[in-house]
Amino acid sequence: MAKMNMLQAVNNALITAMNDDEKVMVFGEDVGHFGGVFRATSNLQHTFGKGRCFNTPLTEQGIIGFATGLASQGSVPIAEIQFADYIFPAFDQIVNETAKFRYRSGGQFSCGTLTIRTPYGGGIAGGHYHSQSPEAFFAHIPGMKVVIPRNPYQAKGLLLASIRDDNPVLFMEPKRLYRASVGEVPEDDYELPLGKADVVKQGTDITLLAWGAQVEIIEKAAALAEEQGISCEVIDLQSILPWDIETVCSSVEKTGRLLINHEAPLTAGFASEIAASVQEKCFLHLESPICRVCGLDTPYPLSHEKEYMPDHLKTFEAIKRTVNF
Amino acid sequence: MKDRNHLANIGLIHQVNIIENGLIDIPMLQVLQPDGTVHAKAKLPDITEQCSLKILHTMQYIRLLDERMVAAQRQGRISFYLACTGEEASTVGSAAALEPQDMIMSQYREQGALAYRGFTSKEFMDQMFSNQNELNKGRQMPIHYGSKALNFMTISSPLGTQIPQASGYAYGQKMAGLDAVTICYFGEGAASEGDFHAGLNMAAVLNCPAIFFCRNNGYAISTPSEEQFAGDGIASRGLGYGVRTIRVDGNDVLAVYTATQEARKIALEHQCPVLIEAMTYRLAAHSTSDDPTGYRSKDEEERWRLKDPVLRFKTWVDANGWLDEEQNLAFIEQSRQEILKELKLAEQVPICAIEQIIEDVYDTPPWHLKAQLAELKTHIEKYPQAYPKTSGRQ
Repeated sequence: MAKMNMLQAVNNALITAMNDDEKVMVFGEDVGHFGGVFRATSNLQHTFGKGRCFNTPLTEQGIIGFATGLASQGSVPIAEIQFADYIFPAFDQIVNETAKFRYRSGGQFSCGTLTIRTPYGGGIAGGHYHSQSPEAFFAHIPGMKVVIPRNPYQAKGLLLASIRDDNPVLFMEPKRLYRASVGEVPEDDYELPLGKADVVKQGTDITLLAWGAQVEIIEKAAALAEEQGISCEVIDLQSILPWDIETVCSSVEKTGRLLINHEAPLTAGFASEIAASVQEKCFLHLESPICRVCGLDTPYPLSHEKEYMPDHLKTFEAIKRTVNF
Repeated sequence: MKDRNHLANIGLIHQVNIIENGLIDIPMLQVLQPDGTVHAKAKLPDITEQCSLKILHTMQYIRLLDERMVAAQRQGRISFYLACTGEEASTVGSAAALEPQDMIMSQYREQGALAYRGFTSKEFMDQMFSNQNELNKGRQMPIHYGSKALNFMTISSPLGTQIPQASGYAYGQKMAGLDAVTICYFGEGAASEGDFHAGLNMAAVLNCPAIFFCRNNGYAISTPSEEQFAGDGIASRGLGYGVRTIRVDGNDVLAVYTATQEARKIALEHQCPVLIEAMTYRLAAHSTSDDPTGYRSKDEEERWRLKDPVLRFKTWVDANGWLDEEQNLAFIEQSRQEILKELKLAEQVPICAIEQIIEDVYDTPPWHLKAQLAELKTHIEKYPQAYPKTSGRQ
């Protein structure tokens, strides 16, 4: 075990994967010698050579197109999109190409070895274009997997699993936690399963569900609620697509209440999908309406960042409303 | 750390001189004249009798296939078709200059290249009837062929997306140390897509052994090339990206063949991309959903019919004493019969069983797809007559 922040854990996972398989290649804007704008790819070019870790021209659609072709050839590309806000030029490649590659060829061709890493989320004074949480767009694409870690341990284990999973994975890293989240991380190779949620804390009165950087927010809200005698079960969804309905529903059957928190805007956010599915499966167990605590339906604001965020206080208030419904 | 000076190779001027006409004269390689005779100054490629006959046969075969399938679409037997009439030399001539291990990433009008690789009439028909024998399991519209065995990447409809993918594929071939390149076909219209710029630039910067083959056939559906770009075609752009570039007569098999052969050699030797712009003409409609009389004249089409690439090449093959007209007619008749036979067979074959609807989305179907399939099957069992293609099957 070693103490690492999330960036070091990501870097360590990349080194582990590159040592393990010489077909693994890491590329994107500024990821080469410089090691990425956040330093997630530090020293990779130095260690593994320019052929396996390199800068690309500044073209997100090019990066994902290139990566999709490279994966279909049999290599194991890990493409970085510098900020999730800038992934949209690559949207066509991801939606129409990457995600459909295997299906449209009847399984003859696949780009399943591809992993796309991208930092997402707010709380860093990034304004409109360095703060967005676009996971719901990608959860709507059959063929993609979407994975989001909450801490360094999860980051390494989930990233290694994503790299080795035989499906294209969008791995979204909560950049607010890059340096803020520090924890013990095994130096050895390990994987955490995709498609599985993690019950962070057991409870009996209400289920709180979030992913990425918002997990610590609902944990904080849970602590406030506990002081008032409300027992919260805290779940980190970890995989957005496919998502672990079983773990969520068995928790809701126990607590009878569900609160979902995400940074992305409320309307058509992934909480909507979860709420619809859970009410279908757990209708007779529900004691109150499923509650969503999310970002506002505005562009991500700079000066009102604090007000925009679905923080622990908004969550705490929503817990009380839900429990006292 | 290296010191850099990005101004190092720039000369200076001391008067304002806005470059008004940056066009350089990019000539077009032509070996065969429109009448099929060899240009006096032309250097003939190293091409065998066997290869020449295979090219000729493939071009004739594709013309038969196109004619038959346009008719089949008109009869309502298939939903859609897209002919390549007039462009056979570009696709067949270039495919002939490649090796079987080279990956082909095509747009959608390159059935000539696919046929040259050995795609059978049965495989063409199974694809167009989307039946259960089809290699892509009947999941895409007619003409979206793909064959892993023939190194022919499955076609997708969005334009230009295969261009950066080809750069990536070629990069992988290079890293694996393979004696192989990737050829990427696209039209001059698709070259307006951002993916063209992204793909060529990346291939140049990352030294990818790819051949970018542009079929400049004058039209993107109804839009003529002069409404597509203001510069000197597509070739001029290659130079802008630092990509070795050649323009060829796309109706001249020998020009296409020799340029592609040279491009392959350069791509492998220098581990770099090469751009070929083949100047040709889409004698066919864009697709069976298109009617060219709305945007071009019969006279224009007639002028291009005189440059027929098949006849031009056939004349040259014949002049070499390689053509046995009787055998050739027998080949044509046999192909015609085979196409008809396979068409009739393929249209009788059922589509894939309903279970296939959730296969290949992921490596294994996740819970939600299994649940959706189970629900769908129950529904189909309840209303079997509404879903006759899949009901009552195991």
